[in-house]
Amino acid sequence: MSATDFVYVRKELEQPLPPPASQHGPVHWIRTNLFASPLDSVLTIFGLLVIAYFLPPILSWVFINAQWTGSDRSVCATVAQGGVQPDGWAGACWAFVWAKFGQFMFNNYPLAERWRVILCGAMLVALIVPFLIPRAPYKALNAILLFGVLPIVGYFLFIGGTFGLRYVPTREWGGFMVTIILSYVGIVVSLPMGVLLALGRKSELPVIKMLSVIFIEMVRGVPLITVLFMATKMLPLFMPNSMKPDDFLCVLIGVSIFASAYMAEVIRGGLQAMPKGQYEGADSLGLNYWQKMRLIILPQALKLVIPGIVNTFIGLFKDTSLVYIVNMFDLLGAVRRNFSDPTWISPQTPMTGLVFAGFVFWIFCFGMSRYSIYMENRLDRGHKR
Amino acid sequence: MASVNAIKDDGDRTSLIYNPVVRGIVFQCVVFFGILALIYWFVQNTLDNLARAGRNISFGFLNERAGFDIGQALIPYSSDSTYTDALQVGLLNTLLVAAVGIVTATLVGFIVGIGRLSRNWLIRKICTVYVEVFRNIPPLLVIFFWYLGVLAILPQPRDSINLPFGSLLSNRGLSIPRPVWGEGAWLVGLAFVIAIAMAIFVARRASARQMATGQRLPVLWINLGLFVGLILLAMVVTGFPLSFDVPVLGAFQTSGGFAIGPEFLALYLSLSLYTASFIAEIVRAGIRGVGRGQSEAAHALGIRSGTTTRLVVIPQAMRIIVPPLTSQYLNLTKNSSLAIAVGYPDLVSVGGTILNKSGNSIQIVAIWMVVYLTISLLTSVFMNWFNTRVALVER
Repeated sequence: MSATDFVYVRKELEQPLPPPASQHGPVHWIRTNLFASPLDSVLTIFGLLVIAYFLPPILSWVFINAQWTGSDRSVCATVAQGGVQPDGWAGACWAFVWAKFGQFMFNNYPLAERWRVILCGAMLVALIVPFLIPRAPYKALNAILLFGVLPIVGYFLFIGGTFGLRYVPTREWGGFMVTIILSYVGIVVSLPMGVLLALGRKSELPVIKMLSVIFIEMVRGVPLITVLFMATKMLPLFMPNSMKPDDFLCVLIGVSIFASAYMAEVIRGGLQAMPKGQYEGADSLGLNYWQKMRLIILPQALKLVIPGIVNTFIGLFKDTSLVYIVNMFDLLGAVRRNFSDPTWISPQTPMTGLVFAGFVFWIFCFGMSRYSIYMENRLDRGHKR
Repeated sequence: MASVNAIKDDGDRTSLIYNPVVRGIVFQCVVFFGILALIYWFVQNTLDNLARAGRNISFGFLNERAGFDIGQALIPYSSDSTYTDALQVGLLNTLLVAAVGIVTATLVGFIVGIGRLSRNWLIRKICTVYVEVFRNIPPLLVIFFWYLGVLAILPQPRDSINLPFGSLLSNRGLSIPRPVWGEGAWLVGLAFVIAIAMAIFVARRASARQMATGQRLPVLWINLGLFVGLILLAMVVTGFPLSFDVPVLGAFQTSGGFAIGPEFLALYLSLSLYTASFIAEIVRAGIRGVGRGQSEAAHALGIRSGTTTRLVVIPQAMRIIVPPLTSQYLNLTKNSSLAIAVGYPDLVSVGGTILNKSGNSIQIVAIWMVVYLTISLLTSVFMNWFNTRVALVER
């Protein structure tokens, strides 16, 4: 046979045809994700209407109509309100946030001493970033510096009165700095306290168990405001007259107690989720109670409840705003306080300040929750079914 | 645990220091007496401090004249009433905002939670944005947002915004028409009660019939007809005893109707929307927690999608949803104490006023704790009862 008999045979394969337009591409995506059924179509149109109703006013308020620069309220008020804007104007007054930024961060902390807070904040960031990056080395040293050394350094830096630093009483503290201090102390205290309380609640010693249950349920049953009132009004009564605790210390104690009780319940969940074989295995190795807990149970139990722990942290971070009610000014309190400043008073000021504060809180809480999802995936050893 | 029991019998062979039982008892005694000593020290200090300030720990002050006004009271109250009355007003206000907040939060939460599982991309994204925004900002900020950012910059009462059904919205709050019941209105109420009783009866009969014969009655339509028919009948018999007191515009405030203050509105909206974002996540997790096999099996049996959701998925999801939902309800109730920030007279707010006026901090804090612990306990008991009812009965 000669080759010429087979000239009609293809030398290469025919390329496959593209899938029909209805099975791929944007049209297909829109069909299946937005207009799969009549009900879906109605919902999509409803959703579009909601977006069309809310989004343009929000965008114009935040960006287009917003005032970015200015020195007083006139840029953020209409002519009728004594400003320069046309009637019916509504926009964010970012100039207010810009002018009051120092107040929001430090409230009444003396201007000349603010470098101390900034220095401490820088140290916090410098320590916390490598601590959160799993691959960064020297974890143990890092933890000691972050949880052991930093609080002491921070205490002397903030309060002053020694090493030639000016004394700054706690009632002059405020703003975002207080939010961070409260959450930091709450987190650092509540984790070990929570572990102890959870172990106490799971303990076989009846007195320890009863005391832990009473403490946890009492604190979890009442609102944080009640705990804060108790800390600020009753704690001074509990102390002898010569030892009047500082208001800020009282609030710190209140917040820590509250967070510990919630943390204890989260960690108890982890302890309960541990299979019995882990306890028995530890016992059969001859480990004593603390060795068993420290080496076998807690590392696994804590890993199981990382999402719950971070949720408690997020809750704590948000709850620090409640100290406003016992006359302490955290970020939200400092923002709220500046609404009544006559230089900036205008109908748009409160909304602007609150959106700013909300944004700051949101960034931190959202960041924490994303980090917890990341850690959860990283630590997942595939035991989950 | 095993270790204790295993070693317990060797008590005579080891020294007492190494006996876990003895150790446990000694340790407990040390902790117990340590805490007792601490409490004793606190009590002594407190008594000293109170004696120095010339006060005592009696609850007698509760019968004194309160001397302050409360903006919103569900029971008769004036500044001449006692502190006890004031606290009762506060407690009722707390329960009111918690109750309506829980209902709204549950509704919104379920809608958003189911929306996050929708096949519709747009709805899914809108619900996700809602949840992520509200879950990550403090509730106090949401309250301020509504109170200072939205409600405070609404128009004056004289330029109120007209809403449907003659409601008026201004910076002094929302005024809605108030139903006024005339002569013979009790008959309508009676008709309503009878309709409920008959509806339950019809539902029971229908399900018994379906069990026996497999035939289903249109229960919904029968019951709807029962309600509308009976109440209309009662209305016609008594000559329509219902009229509405519609709010009227005034220069400084609207008159007539039922006025809802901006404090209540701000608190109610914030608590509902904030808690709804958490409930949405719980609902989503609950529905996702029901195995795919369940709905696939239902589809294989030829059950339609809506019926599958109603009869197969939701009942099983409820088992996962109920326990965390309870704690969200309790959280909402506890968060209602944020009322103090906007001056809505709830228990904490009223108590705070009394605390500042009379200085009896210990008694007030004790009352708060007792009330909130009672509410928590009652809710837990009820929800535990509900939980056992829906819990999985394993063979």
